[in-house]
Amino acid sequence: MSGSSHLVAMKKVVEQLRFEASINRVKVSQAAADLQQFCMQNALQDPLLTGVSSSTNPFRPQKVCSFL
Amino acid sequence: MASEKAEMDSLKKECDGLRTQIEAARKAVNDGSMSSAAGSATDVGRVQLKLRKSLKGHLAKIYSMHWATDSRSMVSASQDGKLLVWDTFSGNKMVAVPLKSAWVMSVAFAPSGNLVASGGLDNMCTVYNIKSASPKTLRELDAHTGYLACCRFLSDTEILTASGDTTCCLWDLETGKQKIIFTNHIGDCMSLALSQDERTFVSGACDSLAKLWDLREGTCKQTFSGHTSDINAINFFPSGNAFITGSDDCSCKMYDLRSDQEVIGYQDTSLNAGVTSLALSNSGRLIFAGYDDFNCHIWDSMKGEKVGVLSGHDNRVSCTGVPGDGMGVCTGSWDSFLKLWN
Repeated sequence: MSGSSHLVAMKKVVEQLRFEASINRVKVSQAAADLQQFCMQNALQDPLLTGVSSSTNPFRPQKVCSFL
Repeated sequence: MASEKAEMDSLKKECDGLRTQIEAARKAVNDGSMSSAAGSATDVGRVQLKLRKSLKGHLAKIYSMHWATDSRSMVSASQDGKLLVWDTFSGNKMVAVPLKSAWVMSVAFAPSGNLVASGGLDNMCTVYNIKSASPKTLRELDAHTGYLACCRFLSDTEILTASGDTTCCLWDLETGKQKIIFTNHIGDCMSLALSQDERTFVSGACDSLAKLWDLREGTCKQTFSGHTSDINAINFFPSGNAFITGSDDCSCKMYDLRSDQEVIGYQDTSLNAGVTSLALSNSGRLIFAGYDDFNCHIWDSMKGEKVGVLSGHDNRVSCTGVPGDGMGVCTGSWDSFLKLWN
């Protein structure tokens, strides 16, 4: 690379870092609490946590049923 | 020449200053930990899932799988040169798509269920219509200069790709052309995940960094570091405010978007194998991570503890996926089998 293309590339890096530096950051304690709360609120809707009963398990080997 | 060098030096100084500023800003908000927040959360105990089905059909290593939005169909890709679309309820193969190039690395199902896409060492992403009488090639997206590592449909008209050429790309399927090219990674892009609102996506690369991108602006919004080797897998936490990565450094990490940093790591001294893939249960509480040690280990995402393992494959677990309804986990392996667990 020539000298000036090094400069162009470097300017882009600086611009990107300036942008990334400018964001507002939320406290980790708040972020963690929000993540925990989401898990708790959705726990009952999580079949892999609550378990899947054999009657509603879509992957269980199918039993033949006949309608009389 | 001298003035160029002086300008270069001043730019380098500015870079270093900005990096220090970012680290200081991250430290300033790092006032607590996930483990302290997790103290009050209930224990998940030992998670013991049972193997419900072993899907046999591929003749070589499976590299990738993806669930359809109906939580019933699933597509898998193998280096035997085929894509197979499965009905996971019956275990039957519904469609077989022969590939021009057997060196496939990624496969994706469109949300509509009409299309699938795949690609790999051919550097292309090929889109197929699987609803026609026999699978028809719709588009060959050919512009990447490196392998196709990952692809994800936004709809039947747009697809996002991640490539070994270090870029990600948004394509217009109606024209077959690139709409936006996302450049900023300095290593092969290995994996990507779309946010639920489809306004952003995250990518993981061999430069050990994860990046958050604005899908429409084409800009990199945030960069996350911490891993010490290639990031192979990435997925959003269901709330949309965090994402999880899996790496060749044998660990997984959760990064929070709003705190702009890693909030918890998942590693174990007894685990000395790279992470190839990962998927989350619907509440985000469980992480299913596929490893080179032939297992899929289950982590409690909040407490950072290993809570279970899915054992049964005879080779590396290369892909993992949880369907939209959260009813199970699918693991795919180099042993040529796919397994369904719940």
